[in-house]
Amino acid sequence: MKRAGFTTRWLPILLLLPQLVIIAVFFYWPAAHAVQSSFYLEDPFGFGSSFVGFDNYTHLAQSSEYARIAKFTLLFTILVTFFSLALALVLAVKADNVIRGAKTYRTLLMWVYAVAPPVAGFIGLLMLNQTWGPLAELAKSVGWDFKLGVNFADTAAAMVLVSVWKQVPVNFIFFLSGLQSIPKSVREAALIDAKSSFRRFWDVTFPLLAPTGFFLLVINITYALFDTFGVVDVLVKGEPGNNPMTLVYKVYVDGFRGNDIGGSSAQSVILMVLVLALTIFQFRLIERRIHYT
Amino acid sequence: MKNIAISSAAVLSMLASTAFAETEITWWHGMGGALGETVNEIAEGFNASQDDYTITPVFKGTYEETLTAGIAAFRAGEQPNIMQVFDAGAATVIAAEGATIPVQDLLEANGVGFDIEDYISGVRYFYADVDGKMIGMPFNSSSPVMYYNMQALEAAGVTPPATWEEFETVTAPALKDAGYVALSQSHLPWIFVENFMSRNDLPFATNNNGYDGAEGTEILVNVDPLKAHFTAVTEWQDAGYFEWFGTGWNDNQTPFENGEVAIWLGSSGSFGGLSQLDLDFDFSTTYLPYWEAVTTEPKQTFIGGAALFAMSGQPDEENAATAAFFEYLTSPEVQYMWHRETGYVPVTEEAYELAKADGHYDRFPAAETGILQLSLDASENTRGYRMGFYVQIRDVMNREFGRILTGETSVDDAFDIIEADANGLLTRFAQTQN
Repeated sequence: MKRAGFTTRWLPILLLLPQLVIIAVFFYWPAAHAVQSSFYLEDPFGFGSSFVGFDNYTHLAQSSEYARIAKFTLLFTILVTFFSLALALVLAVKADNVIRGAKTYRTLLMWVYAVAPPVAGFIGLLMLNQTWGPLAELAKSVGWDFKLGVNFADTAAAMVLVSVWKQVPVNFIFFLSGLQSIPKSVREAALIDAKSSFRRFWDVTFPLLAPTGFFLLVINITYALFDTFGVVDVLVKGEPGNNPMTLVYKVYVDGFRGNDIGGSSAQSVILMVLVLALTIFQFRLIERRIHYT
Repeated sequence: MKNIAISSAAVLSMLASTAFAETEITWWHGMGGALGETVNEIAEGFNASQDDYTITPVFKGTYEETLTAGIAAFRAGEQPNIMQVFDAGAATVIAAEGATIPVQDLLEANGVGFDIEDYISGVRYFYADVDGKMIGMPFNSSSPVMYYNMQALEAAGVTPPATWEEFETVTAPALKDAGYVALSQSHLPWIFVENFMSRNDLPFATNNNGYDGAEGTEILVNVDPLKAHFTAVTEWQDAGYFEWFGTGWNDNQTPFENGEVAIWLGSSGSFGGLSQLDLDFDFSTTYLPYWEAVTTEPKQTFIGGAALFAMSGQPDEENAATAAFFEYLTSPEVQYMWHRETGYVPVTEEAYELAKADGHYDRFPAAETGILQLSLDASENTRGYRMGFYVQIRDVMNREFGRILTGETSVDDAFDIIEADANGLLTRFAQTQN
């Protein structure tokens, strides 16, 4: 392979500069600001502030409510990630086998991808309306007195449901293209070795899909942690009340609703550290075991 | 480069001043839907009434979003001339001295007469400082009142209850037998805590309900009368007298509109919206009940809703425009129009007299309840409360009350947590003020 290179040292830096400036302005600068704010308690209008050291952090560490939200976020992330990936994989495998009308079928499975999270949340709100939502009626008909916004578990179930519904199409697209890139010869060879389609899937197809699966795992965890904000916000109708919420939503509630800049900054710093740790963990430990073809 | 920018700015401003001789001011508010349309009507009325000033109202979302947008704009030096701040945000904006011009100073400096006695008694001091100087101009002032389905009460053979004792022993059982859920309400912290305190003449916080300053202010919610009230509410819930439909306002109002719930506690400002609906029944309003066991002399309630604050850092001519707008806004005709269209109470005595003289309350007796309730006897517990980070304190209450009503926690545990969390927030707020 021919190795391409730059003749001058400054050209690559110059070409990178726009991107670096954007990262600096929109990421490093606010991040540094958040770290600084997290050590202060500041008047919302910016008139007074006191340096409080690690008070904002110890306050969070001692808060049973914050621990509760963290636990919920963990559970929520696991459920959303698992169901989004599992459902998408099933749909992709099935869609891969369909020959007649394949395009229509695939398009129908994909179109939800175009729905923005707050809109998805709003559709969930309509479907699960306490008085006349069709899905709430369905739940009631099987004896589940579904009450969105009243019952913690019901609201949590609604959040998982809408978040999964919104994410399945993305995963579906990736899994489907992953399946289609598996060489035909490999599949035919497998057909000779194993008669059971179940065994063929787990022994041949699934390992070959692993790189796609790993990539999607990262994407889905990030999605469940951060991008579900719109879904959560719409489903709790802007009123946190006794509803479940994720850590990201808590940052918003304290900072943008409650105007507690110090406390909210400390929470966002914690999330930054979490993301950093997660990234290191995923790429160090998991990626090593994934075989890329 | 800089010179070009300055000279082009100068040219632009010259063009602007020749094209529009009027001083323009902006007004950020949180009034959506039909209320927003009435706000626009007021602004158009003001613009048409004189040639010197133009006001532009801008809808900024919910009350919380409006406050946050205003704060962010202030920090960036881009604040509007007028910002609407709701009751729970009052402490934040009033504590930030220098962020706003006290409305009393603004009006006096611009030659608009101001006498706090012109305002109805219930609205005078909520947005005032400890010395009674009015800081924010009460705008959409409301109070929690009891709405009742007249046919339902008639079918059950009862009259609207004056006390909670009457409710639980007479009204609610009869309504249940008639096939109704007796009661729902739309805002637990506002109706069952804040106004519970003023109606039953109980102190809400130390330091004179917080007016004397943020330092050392503690909330007084972990008290027997309030806990007894919430214990009663859970008993009503178990008995089928009361239903809670979540923290959202409309989720609790809808069952009343549908005729499932006979009595709904909402805002006097809900009157306009309810009147426009095509309901299957007639409704009326009356005062918020009180506990006879707590007091035999019930008092007036707090004003809810929001006030308009004149933001500082604006040129004198714009402040003059803001003062002129406030003068227009508080004129009896505009106040009466606002009251008639929305159900919010008129803030001045003169506007109230005009509404009476025009026969508004002969046509709609229910429209007078809010203002009558705000004009009941006052005490040192009824002028209002001033607590920082109060939006979060309300969130804590909503969270714990939701847990009580879904059986996740007990009344005693919930109030211990509310007290601890609220006092923690108040201490943190006091630290931001150094």
